[in-house]
Parts: sequence; C-alpha cells; structure tokens
Amino acid sequence: MDFYLTALLQGLCFSAMALGIYISMKIFNIPDITTNGSYTLGGAVTAIMLTHHQPGYVILPAVIVAGGLAGALTGIIHTKLKINALLAGILVMTALYSVNLYIMGTSNLPLINFSTIFNIVKIIADPNRNTFWILSVFVVIITLLIGYLLKTDFGIAMRATGNSESMIRSLGVNTDRMKITGLALANALTAVSGYLISQLQGFTDISMGIGIVIIGLGSVIIAETLINWFKITSVWITLVLVLVGAIIFQLVLAVTLDIGVDANLLQMVTAIFVLLIVSLPRLNFLKGNK
Amino acid sequence: MIEITNIHKIFNPGKANQVNAVNGVSLHVETGEFVVIVGVNGSGKSTLLDLIAGSVFPDSGSITIDRDNVTKLPDYKRSKWIARVFQNPMSGTAADLSILDNFRLAAIRTKYKGLSVGITDSFKSQVKEKIATLGMGLENKIEQSMGTLSGGQRQALTLLMSVMDSCKVLLLDEPTAALDPRSAEVVLRTADKLINDYGLTAILITHNLKDAFTHGTRIIQMGEGKIIRDINTEGKQLLKQNDLFDWFG
Repeated sequence: MDFYLTALLQGLCFSAMALGIYISMKIFNIPDITTNGSYTLGGAVTAIMLTHHQPGYVILPAVIVAGGLAGALTGIIHTKLKINALLAGILVMTALYSVNLYIMGTSNLPLINFSTIFNIVKIIADPNRNTFWILSVFVVIITLLIGYLLKTDFGIAMRATGNSESMIRSLGVNTDRMKITGLALANALTAVSGYLISQLQGFTDISMGIGIVIIGLGSVIIAETLINWFKITSVWITLVLVLVGAIIFQLVLAVTLDIGVDANLLQMVTAIFVLLIVSLPRLNFLKGNK
Repeated sequence: MIEITNIHKIFNPGKANQVNAVNGVSLHVETGEFVVIVGVNGSGKSTLLDLIAGSVFPDSGSITIDRDNVTKLPDYKRSKWIARVFQNPMSGTAADLSILDNFRLAAIRTKYKGLSVGITDSFKSQVKEKIATLGMGLENKIEQSMGTLSGGQRQALTLLMSVMDSCKVLLLDEPTAALDPRSAEVVLRTADKLINDYGLTAILITHNLKDAFTHGTRIIQMGEGKIIRDINTEGKQLLKQNDLFDWFG
C-alpha cells in the first residue's frame, strides 16, 4: 500500500510540471526540454535556501522566479535567435546542470533535518495525510490560477498563439513575447514540482531531473487521450484531466514496482508506457474494421 | 489613408533565386476607397499587401497609414489600423478556439490583452447579434470551435471579426480563392456591406476578373512588381468586363 500512497503524493507533486508541459506542448506546440533542468533548478534553489534557514515565504517565490528565468531564456533563444525550440531547450538544460551544481555546491543536499513545508504546516497529525492535504491545497490553488489565466483575454491570446500565429499577429499580439512568457510560466511551474519533490523525498540530487520531462509528457498525453475520448472542450476539465494524468502515471509506475519489476528497469517501463498511450488511439484493430 | 512612396522589395538578393517582388511602387489610397488589385502570379500584389500589413519589410521606400509613418512597424503594431482576411481560411481564425474566443480577440485587436475575463454575458449577446447579421445561423453555435466550420463560414466570420474593433483599413488577400462560387459570393457581398457600413478603406487582391469588375471603386493591375494600370472610379464605370480579360490576353 505504501507504494501507492507515495505514488499519489508524487503524482500531486508532478501536477505542477504536468500543467507546465501542457502549456508548452499543447498550448504553444513547443517541445520544451528545459524541463529537465528547471525541475532540478527548483530543487536546488529549495535545498540551498532551506539549508541556509531562509523563511518559506521567500523560498517559493525564489523557485518560481528561477524557473521562470530558465524558461524565458529558452524562449529568447528560440524566438530572437530563431533557433529550433528543441535545441534551445537542450542548450539551456545543459547549461542548467552546471548552474544547479554551482547553486548546490555539491551533487546532493539532504534536507532531512531542516524544516520543510511538510513539517512546518500542520493540518492533521498523521504525517502522510498531512502531506496529502498540503499538496492538494497547493495543486488546487495552482490549477485555479492557471484556469483563470487561460480564461482571461491574455490567456485567449496565449492559446491562439500556438494555434494560428498569422491570425494572432494580425490581431495585435507580439507572438515572440507571448512565447517567451509562456515558456517562463511553464518552467516556473516545473520548478515548483522540483520544490515539492525535494521536500517530499528529503533531498535534492543533481541528477533528479534526468528524463523527468517524460513524466510531464506522459501525464499530458494521458490527459489528451481522455480529452479525445470524451470530446472535452472546457478549459477547466482539461486542466483537471492533466492532473488526473499525472496521478495515473505515478500509479502505473507503482503497480509496476508492486508486481516485482526490477526498479532499475523503471525508466524503460516509463518509456514503454508512454509509447503505449501514444499509440493506443492509433492501433486500428482496437476499433474494429475501421 | 494609405501613402506608399517608391517602395522596393527584393527576396534573396544576390542569389540565383533572387526575386524582385516589388519594384518601385508608389500608391495613394484615399479614405473610403475600395481598391481591387489584379495581376498574374508573381506580379507582386501579395507582397505589396504584406508590405502594407507589415509582415514583410521594404528594402527602400516608405509607407504611411493615416499620416503615421509605419514603414518600420511590425504587423502586430499595425493592427491598430489594419484588419486582415487571408487567402487560407485557417490563417484568419484559430481553429481550436471557440467562435466566441476568436471574436473576443478580434474585439480587442487594437487594445491590450490583459488579465481580466472579457467574455461576459453582454459580450456574448453582442457577438450573437453581430453573427446573426450574416444570416448563416451561426449565432447559436458560438461555443463551438472554429475548426468545425466550413471555409466559407470561417472567411465570413473573419470579415465580421475585422469590424469588432475600430478598423480603418481592410486588407483582403484573395479571400475567396479557397471557396466554392456560392460561398465566395456570400463572402464578397459581406465585404461590400461592411466596407460601406463602416466606411472602411479596403484593398482586395483577386484572380477572379468578374469579381474585380463587380467590386471596388478603383482597379489596379500589377505586373513584374510595378503598377501597370490604375483606373479610378469614373474610368472603372466606363470599363467593360471584356476589357479586363484583354489585359491578360
């Protein structure tokens, strides 16, 4: 059972990143690999500030700003220097490895003896359920903020930027600036996931971001599959499905571990699982004689 | 309204595939004029329109709109004056967004897109009223995504979107090229009506000589990046449809 509880908590932690990937991949149509770096960046900033006894209300804004800057940098390289978005993301991600190492000063920072968000805030006595409720509140607030944003005039312009660039430029929107803002927002969200995970697992490791983007992609793809099945158009339901996707993803990994698959194979299982979800709707034999 | 002075645009200069797209065009368009531009493929008419819209910048020459020099302004800043309908119905609308979302963006074309929710009940009824004037029965489908509509419906809505916010210049780049004859007629009739009702200055590019003959107050023929014929309102009234065909003979 412990597997599944951890999976649920991790799924909640990854929700922010999943929303970020939803913004970069689905709204802007940009495959953003910066994620791997900005996730660790979130963890690194959290760890160094926690170990230097900075107050909690400073740490979270610092994490958001750091992630936002990383994303904005990818956006600037992509739009102003006209470099392929994938390459721009890889460049920033690569550079972030050194940045993260520099911030942390070491490759691993334990946070066990420091007061993290999960042991400062006390909603319920039971630590696991307390963590669950803190994360839930976090995720609800983030989802409400993003959902509201997408409903505003700015949000509609953002959604149109990834959909019809010629149209939105003729309607007076600077698409370069919009993409930079969008990538900043996406990576700020990713950094928040790093912030949550570091405190949940009690340490930040320089390699914690390796391949992490697949978790975000997988969550969004699960959500997309559900959206297509149920023909969802509502922004709110879409966001909720992205959260559901993030949790399902972690639960599937938990099942894999539970049935005794070697933990070393986990990354491969992850990749195969994502491949499966992507290809499921395209496998014609499942739909009969179409 | 529009003043173009000796404008040049060369693509790929110095290379084997160099194209002298626009080659010294000067053009003065009065407020309320409806100019139709015809010309063979490669005559420079689409580039001229792109230059006016700001999606392409000239190598030399200047463009002023409403007495403002806009030569160096990018397209998204010229949206203050200009609304555009593209050849491809996909380009003028966002397919995944609802009709309502599309209209909301059009309604704030000249304004700042801020962090407030602009789609209110009163805005919805305003959009419904506008769309009802098209007589296409789309007013009850405003929550549907744009992508579910036909090309003709999308072009008609794009036209309507251009007058959701203050608009001085309407650029129509072969708006009916991708449409069947009936939809094409509806779209051009809608354009005529809007240009009249809102006193717009308009430029229409078309390959359809019948449309060029029927619509507009002035007709221009382009060839090899230059204006080779420019016929004003009186001249256009004397013009016969066959004369146009002779131009291309």
